[in-house]
Amino acid sequence: MYGNLTIIEIDNFGKKIEEEDPIKLAEFEARIARGEKIEPQDWMPFEYRKQLIRMIEQHAHSEIIGALPEGTWITRAPGFKRKLALMAKVQDEVGHAQLLYAAAETLGKSREEMIQDLLNGKSKYSNVFNYPAVTWADTAIIAWLIDAGAIINQVTNSKGSYGPYCRALERICAEESFHLRYGYDTCVHLATGTPSQRKMLQDALNRWWTPIMHFHGPPDKISVHGEKLMKWKVKLASNDEMRQQFLDMYVPKIWELGLEIPDPNLHKNPETGKWEYTEPDWNEFMRVINGDGPCNKERLAVRRYAEEKGRWVRMALLRKEEKYVVPLA
Amino acid sequence: MQNLEALKNLLYRLADDFLIMGHRDSEWIGLGPILEEDIAFASMAQDKVGYSLSFYTLLHELGEADPDTIAFKREAIHFKCAQFVEMPIQDYAFSLIRHFFFDYAADTRIQALKNSSYDKLRDLANKISRELKYHCMHAKTMVTQIAKGNEDGNSRLQEAVNTAFPMALSLFEPTEFCEELAQAGICPTEASLQKEWLQRITPLLIEASLSLPQVPEPNPYYGGRKGYHTDYLDELIQEMTAVIRLEPEAVW
Ligand SMILES: [Fe+2]
Ligand SMILES: [Fe+2]
Ligand SMILES: [Fe+2]
Repeated sequence: MYGNLTIIEIDNFGKKIEEEDPIKLAEFEARIARGEKIEPQDWMPFEYRKQLIRMIEQHAHSEIIGALPEGTWITRAPGFKRKLALMAKVQDEVGHAQLLYAAAETLGKSREEMIQDLLNGKSKYSNVFNYPAVTWADTAIIAWLIDAGAIINQVTNSKGSYGPYCRALERICAEESFHLRYGYDTCVHLATGTPSQRKMLQDALNRWWTPIMHFHGPPDKISVHGEKLMKWKVKLASNDEMRQQFLDMYVPKIWELGLEIPDPNLHKNPETGKWEYTEPDWNEFMRVINGDGPCNKERLAVRRYAEEKGRWVRMALLRKEEKYVVPLA
Repeated sequence: MQNLEALKNLLYRLADDFLIMGHRDSEWIGLGPILEEDIAFASMAQDKVGYSLSFYTLLHELGEADPDTIAFKREAIHFKCAQFVEMPIQDYAFSLIRHFFFDYAADTRIQALKNSSYDKLRDLANKISRELKYHCMHAKTMVTQIAKGNEDGNSRLQEAVNTAFPMALSLFEPTEFCEELAQAGICPTEASLQKEWLQRITPLLIEASLSLPQVPEPNPYYGGRKGYHTDYLDELIQEMTAVIRLEPEAVW
């Protein structure tokens, strides 16, 4: 799962684009323009490498951190069908992290370094996972609508220019569609169930609507995104474009279940064909991204605990004669 | 049907062991020492919970309630699992050693059930044994690599073996149906399964430079097969049924 491409910051660290070999750079850009994929051993500008590492790494972190809010409900899942499906889903999410770390490693940063940067706060993950899954219905909403948002994002990104990332995303998307079906089915059962089940679902949607609206990142008018990233096919659609696509696909389905979306202004403008809505609180978004959300500390504490408790295992498994990570860059 | 009570007792023991063990394994998701272990435990958890569902389904065909009712609406006292599987996951050393003991024990039993006189059990054992083989392989690989990796790894695993071995023997706690099941050709006695299990794991432990401790008599972890459980089981069941109890008659 993943959103918020906009958390990629452009800084001035490392080789600037003006310092790159202009002939190589022109060739590189021509290849991307022709729709070719860039592979690990190919030449690429420093900034392309840096932005991709950052993006894939954040995506990987989002998958493992994203496994936590739902993971805590595996032991409480009501009945065999849900228990087995939720186990499979959360296992997939951890598997996605594994695939993505491997894709990022091809660019020259090891999984260990990435996990260190997650723990020391240098590297971010998707904002939505800093909100708690309060009830069973929250997990249903996450599996349906957060994964739906993630699919839109990931399908878009799978058309990007970096080969290993695109291939990882193709595999991931195939599994995500199973998550979405599971989430939708769980929501349908709650929506068509007893009054208290329906209430549980509505309450969860109310809690998750803001994070859902935040999912694809700040609106285009306030978010800085480089032309360059578009040209390099690192970023392929704007945040608003992805959000529109999400609303178009899912608002009718949410209404169909008899749920109310907690935004009285939400409607499709028949003239423009675009959804109009109340902007979610973007200050809250920034606050949460920067560490002050309801669950940031808890999420990282769990990761840190797992890292620390597991260190002796990794040490015992370490073979000096073998190098586990061979960065290709 | 002959031996019905004995057969049901066996199926309950199998199903409850797999359900509770699978539930415990699933608690490792998000907490493993390396991502590969989160994934391995999650995948084995699914297999085990899946096996328990298959055994509960056999019970249902023999007249017991449906699987969701048996698994999610029963009190601890009616569970027939061994106390070994009830224990919390603790640290990775304990969980890995439990996984090693449990899966070799389960595999030994399931292999024997491939020759059961009860055809449905035989069919199921054939199906399950194909996967359990991989659970054993995973346990053996991790135990050997860690125990032989460095001194710290070895001493932590040895400590876990010392703690877990007496508990693991509770998987073979004799029951009042032992002889009947063996005579009917449904399942060998617990004593003979235990012996076979020990023959399989002992050389593997020696290979990993680990040794088995003495076990006090009578085994303090016996009782699970008769419905005497640790408080951990009750806590686990409270958690497992937390959502379903909100509205027991609803469809989730
Ligand atoms: Fe995912
Ligand atoms: Fe996801
Ligand atoms: Fe997913």
